[in-house]
Amino acid sequence: MNEIALVLVAPLVGGLVLAFSGGWTRAALINVLFSLLTFVFSALLTARVIEEGPITGFDALFFVDPFNVFLVALTAFVAFTTALFSRPYMLNEQQRGKLTARMMRLYHSMYQMFVFTMLLALLTNNMGVLWVAMEAATLTTVLLVSLYRTPASIEAAWKYFILCGVGIAQALFGTILLYFAAEKVLGAGGTALLWTQLNAVKGSLEPTVLSLAFVFLLVGYGTKVGLVPLHNWLPDAHAEGPTPISAVLSGLLLNVALYAVVRCKVLVDGALGTRFAGDLMIGFGLLSVIVAAFFLSRQKDVKRLFAYSSIEHMGLMTFAFGMGGPVATFAALLHMTVHSLTKSAIFFAVGHAAQKSGTQMMDQIRGLVITNPTIGWGLMLGSLAILGMPPFGVFASEFLILSTAMREVPWATPILLLALGVAFAAIFGKVQPMVFGETSLPRLPHPPALMPVFVHLGLVLMLGLFIPPYLAEWYRQAAALIG
Amino acid sequence: MPISAQLINLMAALLLLIAFAMLSQRRIRSLIYLFGWQGAVLAANCVIVAWSTGQGHLYYSAALTLVLKVIVLPLILLYLIRRLNVQWDVETLINIPTTMLFGIVLVVFAFNLSLPISQLAGTITRSTLGIAMAIVLLSFLMMLTRRKAVPQVIGFLAMENGLFFAATSTTYGMPMVVELGIALDVLIGVLILGIFFFQVRGAFDSLDLRHMEKLKED
Amino acid sequence: MAYLESFSYQLAQTLIVVVIAPLLLGWVNQCRAWLQNRSGAGVLQPYRVLAKLFQKDVVLAHGASPLFRFSPYLQFGCMVLVASIVPVIETNLLFAPAADVIALVGIFALARIFSALAAMDVGTAFGSLGARREMLVASLSEPALLMVFFTPLLIVQSSSLNTIVDTLAHREFALYPSLAFSAVAFTMVLLAENARIPIDNPATHLELTMIHEALILEYSGRHLALIEWATAVKLTVYCALGIALFAPWGMAQAGQWQLVPVAVMVLALKLALAGAGLALLETLSAKMRIFRAPEFLGMAFLLAVLGMLIYLLLGA
Repeated sequence: MNEIALVLVAPLVGGLVLAFSGGWTRAALINVLFSLLTFVFSALLTARVIEEGPITGFDALFFVDPFNVFLVALTAFVAFTTALFSRPYMLNEQQRGKLTARMMRLYHSMYQMFVFTMLLALLTNNMGVLWVAMEAATLTTVLLVSLYRTPASIEAAWKYFILCGVGIAQALFGTILLYFAAEKVLGAGGTALLWTQLNAVKGSLEPTVLSLAFVFLLVGYGTKVGLVPLHNWLPDAHAEGPTPISAVLSGLLLNVALYAVVRCKVLVDGALGTRFAGDLMIGFGLLSVIVAAFFLSRQKDVKRLFAYSSIEHMGLMTFAFGMGGPVATFAALLHMTVHSLTKSAIFFAVGHAAQKSGTQMMDQIRGLVITNPTIGWGLMLGSLAILGMPPFGVFASEFLILSTAMREVPWATPILLLALGVAFAAIFGKVQPMVFGETSLPRLPHPPALMPVFVHLGLVLMLGLFIPPYLAEWYRQAAALIG
Repeated sequence: MPISAQLINLMAALLLLIAFAMLSQRRIRSLIYLFGWQGAVLAANCVIVAWSTGQGHLYYSAALTLVLKVIVLPLILLYLIRRLNVQWDVETLINIPTTMLFGIVLVVFAFNLSLPISQLAGTITRSTLGIAMAIVLLSFLMMLTRRKAVPQVIGFLAMENGLFFAATSTTYGMPMVVELGIALDVLIGVLILGIFFFQVRGAFDSLDLRHMEKLKED
Repeated sequence: MAYLESFSYQLAQTLIVVVIAPLLLGWVNQCRAWLQNRSGAGVLQPYRVLAKLFQKDVVLAHGASPLFRFSPYLQFGCMVLVASIVPVIETNLLFAPAADVIALVGIFALARIFSALAAMDVGTAFGSLGARREMLVASLSEPALLMVFFTPLLIVQSSSLNTIVDTLAHREFALYPSLAFSAVAFTMVLLAENARIPIDNPATHLELTMIHEALILEYSGRHLALIEWATAVKLTVYCALGIALFAPWGMAQAGQWQLVPVAVMVLALKLALAGAGLALLETLSAKMRIFRAPEFLGMAFLLAVLGMLIYLLLGA
């Protein structure tokens, strides 16, 4: 129980400390330090949950089971590596005059607060607090998306705020309906919104109310997952915000939002007994995969390209969770992990590449392998990984998803294959000239921190080749919980 | 009908009227005043429900609503529009009579949507769920048909008011911790938006949202 | 015998309404004068105007058709009919079965159509101008008026004005938000239909801003007198209608002799209040430009529909 408190307090304190000291030159180091602290505490929490099984804390306000503890560990880890990456990257940006000390102060403190809200959303047992944390996560990142103060970034941040705000309002209505159904069975008061309690009585919750609630919750949280047609904010926010923010948005926030959806799905499945929730998720997931794949080839900005790739992969994960069953859920959980690691690695590489070339337009970035071999190879390998090439982990999870799809939803399999193929052609076709090609740019003043890129890619490779037994067991337990 | 039920119906009718009045406003300042009135009627409704059903926590809810939505938020918004110099004009995408007609259609739709849920609720205020949904949809319409940033934000806040009313009418409000969280979110949201408006004005020299339609798929 | 008795009640009501209509008009004008810090012309002024007009000769244009001469009588007739069927002092009168709210709207429409036709009949520019504007306002206010009537109709489950007033008068007091909305909408429609500010200024002499006045520019003598009287009766009937629908307490049933004086006094008080309220509204608002009139009437329509929807949802 104490670990839960530590995991949450660390980023909170970090945010407050950086609210004062965020503009100093050493601020990035403080940021890295707090992220490391958070990661260490989350590792402790994970160890405890592996030993003891699901735990609740603070009067059942918090609940940690295999499903969310691995997400907590993943979040803390990626936050740490992104903080590592962000240090030289943001220093370079400051050098170029794009950012001031005041902006850096905002950036650092909001970064830690953002990690705090995500961890709160993951660890809380109360569906209402989950909502509050999701909304807070949006709020902390709005000002970060518009950090550069260019017209485009302000527009992106405005769209992000309004679209996600409206979406979240739908999720609030869904939560109200959920509380409404729960109150009849569990009585009024705070306990009626606790997920553990709801899970225990889900069979006796009113089906019509829950199905309506799920629709609103899916639409609401689905906006934050980036499901088509509610995805409009995603490409803009990723393209216009600073790269570390794109990395954590893609790698972490989308996961947390999907986690919220899946928690609700578990309740609804228990109450309805039909495949209503699963079918809805399959539909939205499939739509996202197709639309994103076809938009990929039209992109000119490299970050937008990978933002659409995120939409595609989140669609794939939603599809897998929608199918349900042990294999598909296992695959979806694995995919959550590897996508998070790979996408953030790609964004690290892309960020440095764009910084070197001074532009985000793909037709103006060339010859990365010549100017900086590590960035070039990092980007190449990352793209191959995200496209599902073996032996990277994404291949394993995509394979599992497709094989389950062939059994359960056979009509969707050719569509998925087509979309994945189109995505492959689009991304590979655009990354290849960026990495190989002629260029004459100088090196960067601050050497880029590329260790995170290769650490991530290494982990993904490892997961592709060999999933450690405890991890596999973990995923299986989580899959069993999801049903 | 007992007097408390009549009063609650009256409050609900007033809320719907205020939502329509907001839809037809031309001046941002009166929009903010209407928003303040909406918060006041919500708080009054909370108090009436609390008094007639004996649910003590609703008194706290009402106090929270009063402080936040009647005092703090309108003050912040008034300060913002004074500093940003956008006190007057509110342009709309479609003219006001057409907007009103859409509004009526949305109200009918909302009433239909809420009937099955109303029948399941066990509160005395269950029939007002339709009005709560109507307010949410009308605020959404307001957000869609406005060109300037501040009315869009007020529409967003009004939507949240509608959701709060829905919570009061179906379940006598949410648990206190959730309500506090929501209130905090709303407050922080408005503060962040305030900062954001200055950024918008700094970049575009106006709060007209047409400037912010440049990022499109090409 | 009973037939004679009920006939006399009916006649009494009709005569009372028709006779006191100019008094109400005079009262409204007097209140307006007081509010504007003038001394006004006295409450009996309309009677003097009518008397003067009846004595004057009629001047007809060369192109005037029989319709032009016939129209004032028709308008006056319609207003007398309406005055007979709207329950003002008593309910359950002889003509009560004819008092259907939808038919009522139809009778008003009939009068208005003939006045518009007569205005166009002479072929002047202002006549057509006025007719066009009048029909614009009418096309928007009639749906609003119908919607206003629908709410009491739904509450009482009958479209007979008599039944509505009877039932509403004898219900126990309750807050009906739907009726409140309808009342506000009715006030707005009243202002529009009777050509009061903010839709039209009855005291204007600027032809380009006239709506209703433009229709009667060509009339003189007894024709003009009848039209002016009909306008006054229309205003009185509208006020009485509003009172009957939304504040119907104190009305007598036909055959209750002893309650009639009370009913008359209550009516006088309510009409006085209504007239003063009308004068206040007129003083506080300014005349709207003609293209704003659809917005105003749209608002009235909206409020009326809202009232109906609220009744359907809340049952209140």
